[in-house]
This record gives sequence, C-alpha cells and structure tokens, in this order.
Amino acid sequence: MLETLPIYDSFLQRLDPRIKIISIFIFSILTAVSQKFNVLLLAFSISLAVFFTANIPIKEAIKRLIPVNTLVIFLWFFLPFTFKGNTVFTLFDLPVTLEGILLATMITVKSNVIMLMLIALTLSTPIVTIAHAMHEMKVPKKIVHLFFFTLRYIHVIHNEYIRLSNSMKIRSFKPKTNFHTYRTYAYMVGMLLIKSLERAQRVHNAMRCRGFNGNLYSLSNFSIQKTDKIVMAIMMILFLLLGIIEWTTIPLF
Amino acid sequence: MDNNTLVLNLNKISFGYPGSRPVIDDLSLEFARRSRIGLIGPNGSGKTTLFHIIMGLLKPISGKIELFGKHVKDEKDFITARRKIGLLFQDADDQLFSPTVLEDVAFGPLNLGKSKEEAILTEKKTLNFLGLAGFEDRVTHKLSGGEKKLVSLATVLSMEPEVLLLDEPTNGLDDHTKEKIKTILTGLDISYILISHEIDFLTSVTDAIYRMENGKILTDDEMHIHEHVHAHPHGLASHNHKQ
Repeated sequence: MLETLPIYDSFLQRLDPRIKIISIFIFSILTAVSQKFNVLLLAFSISLAVFFTANIPIKEAIKRLIPVNTLVIFLWFFLPFTFKGNTVFTLFDLPVTLEGILLATMITVKSNVIMLMLIALTLSTPIVTIAHAMHEMKVPKKIVHLFFFTLRYIHVIHNEYIRLSNSMKIRSFKPKTNFHTYRTYAYMVGMLLIKSLERAQRVHNAMRCRGFNGNLYSLSNFSIQKTDKIVMAIMMILFLLLGIIEWTTIPLF
Repeated sequence: MDNNTLVLNLNKISFGYPGSRPVIDDLSLEFARRSRIGLIGPNGSGKTTLFHIIMGLLKPISGKIELFGKHVKDEKDFITARRKIGLLFQDADDQLFSPTVLEDVAFGPLNLGKSKEEAILTEKKTLNFLGLAGFEDRVTHKLSGGEKKLVSLATVLSMEPEVLLLDEPTNGLDDHTKEKIKTILTGLDISYILISHEIDFLTSVTDAIYRMENGKILTDDEMHIHEHVHAHPHGLASHNHKQ
C-alpha cells in the first residue's frame, strides 16, 4: 500500500483532474444517499464504464476491493440477524429478516460502486496532481497541505515504525496478552507520535528557511479541453438521471 | 574587522532551557564575507542550535545578532535575512518535502517571488551544476541517501544564497558522494560555515576550523590547516596530532 501507485495511461488519465474529482465527488454522494436498487444498478453501470476507460488491470482493482469487502463481510454477519422486519428463514435458530438482507446488499453494492470509482481516479491520476487540482479548485489550503504532507511523510513514519518494531524484535519481544505487551505497544505508539511531531517541526523549520509563507505553488498547468467539457456534460446528465430516479416518481425504468 | 565585510556578527548570545545548563553560553562570532569556516565539537555542544539561532528558528535568551550589517530582532527581520542564507539540514528527509525533485528545488525560488518559468530555469541550472541533470521527475523519498543530500543542497543553492550553513553535510555518506560534495564546495563562490565531525573533510574545504564545546566557540583553540593537511590511511580512526 505504501508503494507509489502505478499510473496507467488511458483516456481517463488524460482528463483534467478537476473534472474527475468533481464528478466522483457528486457521484459518491448520490450513491451513498440512494435508497433505490434501480439507482444503484445505474450507478454500478456508470462506475464499471468509467473503470474500463481507465485501462486498469482487473487484478489491481480486486486487490484494492478486498479491504473494503472484508469490512462488508462483517456486516453480513450481523445485519440480517439483528435488523427488525419480516423473517425469511431461520439459521441456527436465529431469524433472518428480508430487510436486513436488503440493507446488507445495499451497503455492499454502494461501497463497491464508490470504491471502484475511486480506484479508477487514483490509478489514473498521480496523487500530486490530485493535490494540485484540489488547490486549483480552491479547496481550503489546510486540507490540501494535510493531504500533501500525509502523502509525503507516511513513508517516513512507516519506516520509523519498522525501525522501532525491528529494534523490539531483535531484543526478543514477542507480543502476548499481558501488561508488558500493552505497555510496550503504548511506548511505541507514543514514540512514533513524538517522532512525527518533531519531524513536522523540523520540516516546517526547513520550509521557513526557504522562505515558506503559507503558500505552496503548483508547477503544473491545467487546462480544460473540449473532451473534458463533453465528459463533464455526459456525467452531469447521468447524475441528473440518478437524481430523478431517486427523488421523483417519473417512471424512467 | 570592517563592519561592511561582516556577514554575520553574533554578540554574547546565550540560549538554553529553564532548569538545565545553557546550550549556547555567551557566544560571540564574527563571520566575514568570503570566509569558509568549519565547526567541530562533541555531540550536544550546541553546533546545530547555533545554526538555528542564526536562522531565527530559535530565539536566544540574550545577546545581539547582526546579519549583513543589520540588527535582526523579530521574525520579520529574519524572513528578509533568510533569503540570503541557506541552511542545509542534517536530515535530508526534513528538507525534501515535495513529492518530486522538480517541485522541491523550485519551492525556494517560487517563494522568493519568481515565476514558474524562472523557477524551473533556476532549478535546471542548479541541478546541472550539481551533476543531477535529469533528476527532475524523480520521487524524493525514493532517492538514495547520497542523492537526497545532493538534492537538498540543490534546494538551498537554487535560492542563490550569499551564505551557506551546512550541518554535517557528509554524515552517513559514502566516499564517492563525500568527494563529490568536496568538489562542489570548493568550486562555490559562497561563504559558508560547516559543521562536521570529520577533520579530514573539514581541512580540505574550509580555511579555519573552530572547536565548539559546552556552548562556546573556543577561538584560542583555532586549528590551522597547515598542521593538518595529511593523507592518512586510517582517515577518521582516532589519532592525535595536536601536541
């Protein structure tokens, strides 16, 4: 996960990052709030279509969908049994409700649809470009900086974590369920926190020495091309469609 | 010494934390244009702290700092002065924060108000000078230790400073990279103060070496190069020449 993401050359990759961010932002909200399966079905088709324009190997996508679905599996352990509603059948003397199954299905579909879209975004756009695009879109400076520095220093902090945990290992530390283990882990987390804080201070100092005044200047230029406009228009029409199906009773399907 | 040639004039500077012995103790230092001095001393003797005080990152408890003939007191004065002084940090990971080399080296020039085009031009020039041409799109955290150090130097040099403060520039580098840094430093027309534990390296790139101990610079203990230029098969292995 900490490796630099590969970027696949594709139609999606060449689109203006701002268009991608706005589209995915709106799309994710629509998908997340939707309560109808036909809307989700359409959303699923859109995300699949977008995904295929990104030219990403299916293996890469599946690798990234696993963590989300591990979380979702746990919902399947609980929701069908605990949600109130009409019992469909009983499993080990526990009643399984239709409403519970529907809710779990909905959450599964929603999270996969949104994830698929985000995978298409992150594997088609360098993360630096996303940061710069956020900056261009007048996202508050602090959020952009947070995003930017997390990206740069997560490796450094991860390396510090590896160094600490190695130094524990070479002194024969084996985690067990006892107070010594808890205390050792607490020390390690505390140490990481302090190290990160000190590093942040040093980085800030280094930046001040080079005349940092609160602004990060971007070297990349973005320009909206004709293709960008067309894609944006198509996306907006599709989103409008999603909204209409969700919130009106006009029988489109 | 004539005040006009003084780039840096520290007068009775003290710095410390309450309840412990001062890190910098009543230190005075005059540093003239075109001089190249080395600082050597045990860990914790206050060398890095001294650099941070000069840059205004730490505020001394007492004493007076003059940079380029001007008395500097608050952050505003230091912001102006920092344009002309470049500090190379000990840890390159502190200095390189941008994802790519291009952005990092251009960061300083952009802060100084240069346009994108000018910044990229300066960046190219600096990278060429350091033998790093073609490094623009490299990802900073994936560079090797030596490359990181050289790119850090590029980020500082791209601001075209008049003075360089170098904090252990050769720490942890291999001989090849050390040699490269040596060549770069001797070819620079910039005055600098250099902290190092490596006496061989110091003698080859500086004109005078001062010893720092317990927050003081021992000026009477000034070592002279003619006593020290020697090829030594053991390099840094402990050996004694001072008698």
